[in-house]
Amino acid sequence: MTETRTLLPHLACVKTSSEAAVLASRGDWHADLLGALKPSLQKCIRALHNVALQWDVSEIGWIDTAGMLLHIQALEQLQNQGCTVEFRGQSQDFARLYDLLQKYRMAGASSERPAQRSAIVSILDDIGKRYVGVWYTLANFLAFIGENFVHFLYSLRHPGAFRIKAIIKNIDDAGFKALPIIALTSFLIGVVIAYQGAVQLEKFGANIFIVDMIGISITRELAPLITAIVVAGRTGSSYTAQLGVMKLTEEIDAMRTMGFDPHRFLVLPRMIALMLALPLLIFFADIIGIAGGMLISNLHLNISFHEFLHRLQNVLAVKHVWIGIGKGPFFAWLIAVVGCFNGFQVARDTESIGRYTTISVVYAIFLVIACDAVFSVILTGLGI
Amino acid sequence: MTVVIKARDIVTRFGDNVVHDGVSLTVNAGEIYGLLGGSGSGKSTLLREFILLLRPHAGSIRVLDYDVMALSPFQAEQLRRRWGILFQSGALYSSLTVAENIAVMLQEYTDLSSDVIADIVHIKLNMVGLPEHAADLYPAELSGGMIKRAGLARALAMDPELLFLDEPTSGLDPVSAEGFDKLIMELRDILGLTVVMVTHDLDSIWTIVDRFAVLGDKKVVAEGDLDTVMKSQHPIIDAFFKGERGHIRSRHGN
Ligand SMILES: Nc1ncnc2c1ncn2[C@@H]1O[C@H](COP(=O)(O)OP(=O)(O)OP(=O)(O)O)[C@@H](O)[C@H]1O
Ligand SMILES: [Mg+2]
Repeated sequence: MTETRTLLPHLACVKTSSEAAVLASRGDWHADLLGALKPSLQKCIRALHNVALQWDVSEIGWIDTAGMLLHIQALEQLQNQGCTVEFRGQSQDFARLYDLLQKYRMAGASSERPAQRSAIVSILDDIGKRYVGVWYTLANFLAFIGENFVHFLYSLRHPGAFRIKAIIKNIDDAGFKALPIIALTSFLIGVVIAYQGAVQLEKFGANIFIVDMIGISITRELAPLITAIVVAGRTGSSYTAQLGVMKLTEEIDAMRTMGFDPHRFLVLPRMIALMLALPLLIFFADIIGIAGGMLISNLHLNISFHEFLHRLQNVLAVKHVWIGIGKGPFFAWLIAVVGCFNGFQVARDTESIGRYTTISVVYAIFLVIACDAVFSVILTGLGI
Repeated sequence: MTVVIKARDIVTRFGDNVVHDGVSLTVNAGEIYGLLGGSGSGKSTLLREFILLLRPHAGSIRVLDYDVMALSPFQAEQLRRRWGILFQSGALYSSLTVAENIAVMLQEYTDLSSDVIADIVHIKLNMVGLPEHAADLYPAELSGGMIKRAGLARALAMDPELLFLDEPTSGLDPVSAEGFDKLIMELRDILGLTVVMVTHDLDSIWTIVDRFAVLGDKKVVAEGDLDTVMKSQHPIIDAFFKGERGHIRSRHGN
């Protein structure tokens, strides 16, 4: 193994008279080792004004671009301070590297960078850009929805245009494979509700009313909401990431040039699949959630399964179940549209995939909850 | 003459697909060394083995006098600072501008002040012939040729002794390709680099490559300078150099 001996770079500075001085560089001027040297170099140079300087570089072992740049920068500064500088004992390598760097340093140096803007201007600039950006995004989002709707109508008139295989695959991904996690969350929600209710109802001896409470709250509100939130986190984010990567790798451009419209081939199958799958998932969550509640009622309030089911059939109007399931397609549409739209927003770099995936999940969950609130207001208004 | 890379009897497999079966070659200091071979003959794979991204199943590799097959993490760290690599597709960091891409190693590994780093970036950009305004662009905003140049500038950032180039001139127009070749030669002469390049470009082989190896049949079918290799009667060499394109070139050039 070649043991490269490294000598720390070092600068000796001797002022011989008021008009003359000698500088000597020694050691290896290697980028790794130079950090500490700059202050001492500066200190030495600042003291030199209008002197004739001899700079001895004969004892430099090894020098790279960074080391040479320090020499060049020092040289320029010295010349500005009215000194004359002469290198002594330059090796061939030193001279060559010096010439090379000078050549490429000067080239294109004329194009100065634009002056820095003041802080206030850049803050205002930033606010303005963001504001305009929000409007652009909103306009793009509406355009996306419109375009998507047009493609949907087209597909309705030409049913052959639906990508049945893609829809089935997406139902498998977003629906079937989500069953375990949906089962787990809705079961736990049922358990939690039953526990909380059991304590309160027991005080009044109104044990049996646990059935009404669980039946209605789960089917009408909790199952749809929890399922939609889980799906937004699981499927909405994956839609954004999938489409985002396809956008970065120019796959979407390639599809466009082959006449495969991304809306028809990518967005609609995902949207339709989710709109079909989510109501089914909600129904599944209803069953598991009620089962969770039933288990706890049995353990804590001694309501037998038979009793529970009998009561459930009497008190749970079927409209509650339908309302809960009916929210599914709306939630699904929101999740799919937000997920796909954000996927198309990805541009330029891999970081933006992460950014838009986060945005997509946050917005999807927010919109689902907002939509649920709207449902509540309207349905209450209608007295349903 | 000092040896920079010495590979002996390398065997590489991906599942059942044997890519190398006893590849041996030697790269000397200060030369521009070419790796040739058809698509899928394992040139990029061999390169990845030299730069510690892939471990061959058998054989020995020495790079800059380090035994690549038995390297401590500390030695690997040292070795990695002494080479620069231009990947086949550029592999620039997409979230950094060109200038930041070039500066990233300097910022990470040295204590240089930001004005020195800015100066170095400026010099490297000029060296590879990128215009000044390219410094603030993101990789997605560059043309194919500019990506190659930016990748080269990044590879050169730390003044490496050894430069690996995977198809540096593919995708460039003939004028740019020639300019790129000249640049590599100039850098070799001035900075004393050793260059290992994968190439399909017959012009590069004729003009700048000192010695090269031709991969085929999972082995090195010929190694040496142009004359030595051309004397070989191997059918792969014939196909490579005596095909239509090779003919035209040798009639006019060599
Ligand atoms: N990660 C991997 N997994 C499986 N097989 C691989 C992998 N990388 C490469 N290969 C296989 O190894 C062989 C050699 O690939 P390599 O990329 O080295 O070719 P190449 O000579 O660089 O070709 P080209 O000139 O087209 O770039 C190919 O058959 C390829 O399929
Ligand atoms: Mg390759």
